[in-house]
Amino acid sequence: MRSILWRKFKDRSALVVITVLAFLPALPLFHILYGIFRLGLPAFSWNFFTHLPTPPGEPDGGVGNAIVGTLMLSMLASVLAIPVGILSGVYLSEYARGRFGEVVRVAADVLQGVPSIVLGIVGYLWLVRPMGHFSALSGAVALSLMMLPVIVRSTEEILRMLPYTLREASLSLGVNYWRTVIKVLIPTGLVGITTGILVALSRIMGETAPLLFTAFGNPFWNFNPLQPVDALPLTVFKYAISPYQDWIRQAWGASAVLTLMVLGLNLISRILARRLSGDGK
Amino acid sequence: MGWGDPDRIFYRLCWGFSLGMVFLVLGIGITLFWGSLPSLKAFGWHFLVGRIWDPVNEKFGALPFLVGTLITSFGALILTLPFALSSGIFLAEYAPPRVADALSTVIDLLAGIPSVIYGLWALFYLVPLVRWVEMKLGVIPFGLGLPTASLVLAVMILPYAASIIREVLRMVPHELKEAAYGLGATRWEVIRGVSIPYGLSGIVAGLLLSLGRALGETMAVTMVIGNRSEMPRSPWDLANTMASVIANEFTEASRDIHLSALIEIGLLLFLITLAVNILARIIILRLQVR
Repeated sequence: MRSILWRKFKDRSALVVITVLAFLPALPLFHILYGIFRLGLPAFSWNFFTHLPTPPGEPDGGVGNAIVGTLMLSMLASVLAIPVGILSGVYLSEYARGRFGEVVRVAADVLQGVPSIVLGIVGYLWLVRPMGHFSALSGAVALSLMMLPVIVRSTEEILRMLPYTLREASLSLGVNYWRTVIKVLIPTGLVGITTGILVALSRIMGETAPLLFTAFGNPFWNFNPLQPVDALPLTVFKYAISPYQDWIRQAWGASAVLTLMVLGLNLISRILARRLSGDGK
Repeated sequence: MGWGDPDRIFYRLCWGFSLGMVFLVLGIGITLFWGSLPSLKAFGWHFLVGRIWDPVNEKFGALPFLVGTLITSFGALILTLPFALSSGIFLAEYAPPRVADALSTVIDLLAGIPSVIYGLWALFYLVPLVRWVEMKLGVIPFGLGLPTASLVLAVMILPYAASIIREVLRMVPHELKEAAYGLGATRWEVIRGVSIPYGLSGIVAGLLLSLGRALGETMAVTMVIGNRSEMPRSPWDLANTMASVIANEFTEASRDIHLSALIEIGLLLFLITLAVNILARIIILRLQVR
């Protein structure tokens, strides 16, 4: 048996080493946040939010079209992914017994693991090549493939958490099963399902790779889903690797906008989730 | 219950969408395979072992990208391991629950920062740092390249790995730990002797899932890896990963065979991440059975 002092010394040094190693990675992570806001916020101005991009050197360039594009892509992707995601989640929680349910779950897990750039290729092959040109729709399809598994699994989990007595109460009043799902289960789980959707949204909003050869980018205003659009992450990428100081400044500005959007969505979903766990008690 | 029964229709609807999702996943695989057929036919197995990627002369070997992806991903995993393990242990064992919850929230929020922003940060802060180190070491000071890409990947997968390790360690039953404390073990001895061995397979699964993320990560890597499609000659060299070469060349590929070769790289990436994820799920499943 080694001496107590030696063991105590080892215990203490482990505590110190682990604490230091645990907090060291906070440095780069906070430095990124610091960089985004210190360099990004000064780029904010009325013109920055409302103007089209300008060639390097010309003043008053903005990212208005990219903000519109990001919102449009997010909305299109949501419209595509939410109905499929919720109904598949309902299937997994309410109907899936046996093998097919497992197959669907595995499919969702596989989809979640597909690298986003690969989904970009898929969007290209499914829509861009047949249509002959880049489009917001093809980008939204690629993004909706990323949203889908998150919504499916969160909907399933939330509905499973609801007590069985809830279903029985509704059924005993003579309500059909489908009406029970639509009028009782989904409204009861709505906060949780919304949280899942927001998490999925915050994940796709900052995605660049699937948009490179689908939405492609577009320096003009575009509200047509069948035409290419710009998106904030594409702007950040394009400006960041450019040699122009003015564009790099705007890349930080666009990053700050994007970060605020993503962190905002994340925070809202967290507050909702907290309310949910509070209700459950 | 006939087809007109609304319950039946609703069931069919849910079932149909679920089936649709399964077909979607199969469709992704089939699409990639179909898209890479011209390249598969033209190069066969040589695609995997070919060292030369020359779109102008239509010579396509993907080995440099396979090597680039493996070096950056495993490099990132090794770099991140001590920190992720420490963060996980700290959050699960040392920090008071309230502090741990607050810190976990912050970590999760940081994990949500888009990868293109990590790339922007790496381009302007990490590249000068790496260049400085390279000058001190006396190697060619690119600043860009394999080390920078590994570093930024390490930073990116750390929050993810740390939160999985924390969850795994929290699943260790209290009775086991209390038994060890009862025998007079110190805190560190409990962590080393009980918690880590008990959660080992879960930790490995978590690291595999993190590896899966690193393998497919595109933007941040594309921005700092230097984009050179030759076999890297040293760990300091410029390179390309599978994801970064797709990101760089896909829209510029003017010939069908070039595009098809890039799609085949996408197919390979899909299969590799699929294998890594399945391996991780199998480990987790076996964990749940226990």
